[in-house]
Amino acid sequence: MDTARLEFFRGTLDVLILKALVWGPLHGYAITSLLRRQSDDALLLEEGTLYPALWRLEHKGLLDAEWGLSENNRKAKFYRLTPEGRRQLRHEVKTWEAYATAVAKVLGATQPPLPEKIG
Amino acid sequence: MTPTPLWRRYARLFGPDPAADVKDELRFHLQAKIDDLITQGWPPGTAHREAERQFGDLRAVEQIGLRLGEKMERRRRLNDYWNDSVQDARYTLRALGRDPGFATVCILILALAIGANTAVFSVVNTLLLRPLPFADSNQLVWIAPPPNACGLSCATYSADAYEEFRDQSRVYQDVTGYEAFTTPDNLRVTGRGEPQPATSVELIGNFFQVLGVQPAMGRLFTVDEARGGPHPVALLTSAYWRREFNADPAIVGKAVELNGTPITIVGVLPDSFDFGAVFSPGAKVDLFTPLDLNLEHDWGNIVTLLGRLKPGVIVAQALDDANRVAPNMYFNVKYPRTLGRYKGDLIPVPLKDYVTGKLRRSLLALWFAVGTILLIAGVNLSNLLMARAAARAKEFAVRGALGASRGRIVRQLLMESLVLSGAGALLGLALARILLAWLAHQGSLALPLLSTLRIDGETLAWTVIVAISTATIFGLLPGLKIASGNLQEVLKDSGPGAGRGRNHERLRAALVVSEIALACVLLVSAGLLLRSFVKVLDVDLGFQPGRAASIKVDYDDSAPTNDASVAKRSEIFQQILARVGALPGVEAAGMSDFLPLGPNREWDTPEPKGKAVAPGELPDPLVYVITPGFIRAMGIRLRGRDFTWSDGPHSERVVLINASAARVYWPGEDALGKILMRGDEEDHVVGVVDDVHEETVEGGTGSQIYYPATQQGPAGAQLVVRTSMPPASLGGSILHAMRELNPKQPSAEFRPIQTIVDRAVSPRRFFILLVAAFAGLGLLLAALGIYGVISYSVTQRTQEIGLRMALGATAAHVQLRVIGKTLRLTLIGIATGSIASLVVARAIAALLFGTTPTDPLTFAAVILTLAMVALCAGYLPARKASHIDPMVTLRNN
Repeated sequence: MDTARLEFFRGTLDVLILKALVWGPLHGYAITSLLRRQSDDALLLEEGTLYPALWRLEHKGLLDAEWGLSENNRKAKFYRLTPEGRRQLRHEVKTWEAYATAVAKVLGATQPPLPEKIG
Repeated sequence: MTPTPLWRRYARLFGPDPAADVKDELRFHLQAKIDDLITQGWPPGTAHREAERQFGDLRAVEQIGLRLGEKMERRRRLNDYWNDSVQDARYTLRALGRDPGFATVCILILALAIGANTAVFSVVNTLLLRPLPFADSNQLVWIAPPPNACGLSCATYSADAYEEFRDQSRVYQDVTGYEAFTTPDNLRVTGRGEPQPATSVELIGNFFQVLGVQPAMGRLFTVDEARGGPHPVALLTSAYWRREFNADPAIVGKAVELNGTPITIVGVLPDSFDFGAVFSPGAKVDLFTPLDLNLEHDWGNIVTLLGRLKPGVIVAQALDDANRVAPNMYFNVKYPRTLGRYKGDLIPVPLKDYVTGKLRRSLLALWFAVGTILLIAGVNLSNLLMARAAARAKEFAVRGALGASRGRIVRQLLMESLVLSGAGALLGLALARILLAWLAHQGSLALPLLSTLRIDGETLAWTVIVAISTATIFGLLPGLKIASGNLQEVLKDSGPGAGRGRNHERLRAALVVSEIALACVLLVSAGLLLRSFVKVLDVDLGFQPGRAASIKVDYDDSAPTNDASVAKRSEIFQQILARVGALPGVEAAGMSDFLPLGPNREWDTPEPKGKAVAPGELPDPLVYVITPGFIRAMGIRLRGRDFTWSDGPHSERVVLINASAARVYWPGEDALGKILMRGDEEDHVVGVVDDVHEETVEGGTGSQIYYPATQQGPAGAQLVVRTSMPPASLGGSILHAMRELNPKQPSAEFRPIQTIVDRAVSPRRFFILLVAAFAGLGLLLAALGIYGVISYSVTQRTQEIGLRMALGATAAHVQLRVIGKTLRLTLIGIATGSIASLVVARAIAALLFGTTPTDPLTFAAVILTLAMVALCAGYLPARKASHIDPMVTLRNN
C-alpha cells in the first residue's frame, strides 16, 4: 500500500462527512480536500461518490444546505450540520470507537485467549 | 461562508429548480478542482481531463442528484400544501365559529339541496341505472304485444302459445312465465288456527332457473312437480316465511293447508328476491306454486312470457326470431283457425325496460328538478359567501399586505365553502337516509324496486362529487371576484359605497336573477304537473270510489254438475248479500270477480245479432261476472235494469255492456234490448253502463261486458259494500256476518275502493309530491337570495340613504327605491325564467295529463307567486332602509 489507497467501507463516508462539517459549513469540494488533508492523503475517495452521500444526508435531515459564495467568489452549495446531524455524529463516533477498540484488541492480541471456565 | 448574495435571491425567481442546482453544484466542484490542479502545475488542457477522471462517473452522480432532488421537492411541496391546508381549515373553523348564524344557514341550505340530490340519485340509480337484481339480467327479455286497450288478456298468451313459442324459438336459453291473473289474497291458509289469506302466484316450473334465482333453503320445483306431479308443492318468499312461520329453520318438507289441501313446502326464496317489486310493483306475494300447463290449455290467454336470451343475442335478433315463430303459433292447437293469431304480437323488450321504462321520463324530470335545486342552493351559497367576503374585505386586505398571495386567499375561501358543503353533505346524507328509509317502506306505492332503495357506495360517491363540485364552483366564484379586486384599495379607502362595491353588486344581482329564473322554471314545471294531477283526480272513473269497500269472499261452489254448481253459488251469494245488506250502515252490496284498476281478463268475441261483421273488426271486451247489486254498490251509472236473482241458468241469458261497447256494436242506435251472439248463445242486453276505467286512471277505456254470476262462472268473488258511514267501521261486523255463514272465510282485509284508486295514481302522486316539495324549496331559497342581496345593498348604502333623507327624501320614497330595485331584478328573473320554462315545459309534455305545456293559468300563477314572494323578501330591507336616521348616519361618517 504505497499510496495508502484505502477503500471506504460502506457507511464510513457518512460519518466522515458529518465529522468534516463539525467545524462549520463547507461546500462539497472543500469536504473532499478536508478529508484528504486530514488523513494525510491516506484516504482517497473517488470524488463523485461524495455527492450522493451528501444529498442523502440532506434528504434525511442530518444536513442543511444553502447557496453561498466560495473563497474565490463562485456560487457554491454549502452544507451544515443540523442538530439532528450532530446527534447522529456523536452516536456514530461512539459506535465506531467501540468497534475499532474491539478490532484492535483482536488484532493486537499476542496470545490466545484463556480457556473459559467451565462450571 | 458569506451571506446569500443579491443575485441568489433572484436566481430561482420562478420557483426552486433542483435539476439546475445539481448541475451548478457539480460544475463548481470540477471548476475548483481544475483551479487546484493548475496551481499544482498541470497544464490547463489536461487539468480538465484529470479533474473529471478523479471525479468518477459524472453522469451517474448527476442522475442520482436529479432523482433525489425531485423527490425532495415533491415532498417539500406536499408538506407545504398540507401545512397550509391544515392552517386554512383551522382558520376556517375559527372564522365560521365566530359567525354561527351564517354557517348554520349555509349548511342548512346545502344539506337540503344535497340531501334531495342524494335521495333522488339513489332512486334513479336503483330504477334506471343499476341492472335488475338477477344474474346477467341484460339477457332477460319480456315478451308482450304492443300496448292496446283490452288489458291483461291481450298482454298474455295461452298455454299452447307458450309451448309453441318455447319450442320453436332459437334465440333463448329458456322461456318461462307466470299466471298473470293472480288476485291478492287468493289463497286461504287453514289448519293453523283462524284461516289466514295469502297471495300466491302460479309460475311455469322453470321460472327461477330462468331468472337465475337460487333458493335460500331447500330446492326449486322439479320438472315433475311443474307438470302437476304427485304432491302439490310450494316455495315461500323470505318475508312470508319470517312473518308466518317465525323463520322456522326446519320448514322445508313441512306441509301447510292451502284452501284445504295439504301442500309441501320445498324451499324458501332468498331475501333479495322480491317478485312484487319487479313484476307487479307494490304487490306483496307470499308463496309460489308451479303452474300445471296441462290444466290450462283451454283457458285462453293466461301466462306472461319471459325469456333468457342466449349469450351474444341482441333484442333485435330476438324480434326477428319472434316474427318468424309467430305465424306458426296456435292460440289453441285444437282449433286450426287460431293459427297465426299472435302475428305481430310477440315483441321482446329488455326486462329492465318493461319494469322501469315507463318511469324513465318522470325520474329524469325529478333528477332535473333536484339538479335545479342544487343550482339555486349553490347560487345562494355563492351569494352568502360573497356578502361575507365583502364584509371581510379589510381582513383580506390586511392578510394580503402581510404577504398572503391571492392564490392563498382564494384557497382560504375555497376551504370555507368546502367545509360548509362537507358539513351540508353529512347532514344531507342523514336527511336522504331518512327519506329513503321512508320510501322503501311505502308498500302502497306502485313503483318497482322501491324496497331495494338504500344509500350504497355509488350514492355515497355521488354525494361526494356533488358536495365537492358545488363547493368548488360556487366557492371559487366569490373567491376569484374578491381576489381580482385591488386588495390594497380597501385599506386606503375605508368609506363604504366605494367603487368596488358596485362591481360586486352587479355580480350578486346577476346571481339573484338566475336564482329567480331557476325557481321560475321549477315552479312552472311543478305547477303543470300539479294541475295534471288535479285533472287526474278529477277523471270520471265510471264508478264512485268514496264510501265503498271490498273484501275477498271465500266460497265453495263445487258440485257434480254445472247446474248444481250455479245453483249452489247463487244461494251462497244471495245469503251473504242478504246478511251483509241487512247490516246497519250498508246501502248496497254486490260481488264481482274482478274490480276495476286491477287485473282483468277477456273471453270470446261477441257479435251483434243480425249484423254482418268481418272477423277482427270487433273488440274482445273485458269480462266481469257480477251479482245483482254490484253496479249500485260500485256507484256505476246504469241505464236499463240491473241483474236480478231470477236471471237464472235456465232463464233468458242477459248481459250489461258499457257505453263504448254499445257504440261499437250498434253505432247510432240504442243498445238496450238488442242481442249479442256468442256462438249460438243469445245474450240480451238489459242495461248500458258508463265506461269504467279498468286499467289506469289516465288511460282510455275499451269495451266491457258484464255477465250475471247466476249464469256464468266467476273466477272468485270480491264483495263490494257501499256504506253510509266510513267503511273501516263496518269491517268487523261484515267479516263477522260472513264468518257465520262460512267459518272458513279468512280474515281478509276490508279494503276501501278508494285505496285501489289511490294505488293507481300513486306513482303520479309520488312524483308530484317530490316535485312540489322541490319547487317549494326552490322558492324559499330564491326568496332568501333576494332578501340577502337587497338587505346587503341597503346596509352598504346606509350613508347614501341617510344623505338622501337629510336632503328631503321621504321614508316612502326610500322604500319605493328599494322595492323598485327588487322588482327590477325579479322581473328580469321572471322574464328569463318564463322563456326557459317554455322550453322545459315542452320537454315534460309527455308527463302532463289534460294540461298543455303553455297552460296560461299555471304561468300566470307562478309569475304572480314569484313576484309576491320577491316583494315580501324585498319589503323587509326596504322597511329597514326607511327607518334609517339621517342624523346618526351622517354623524358616523
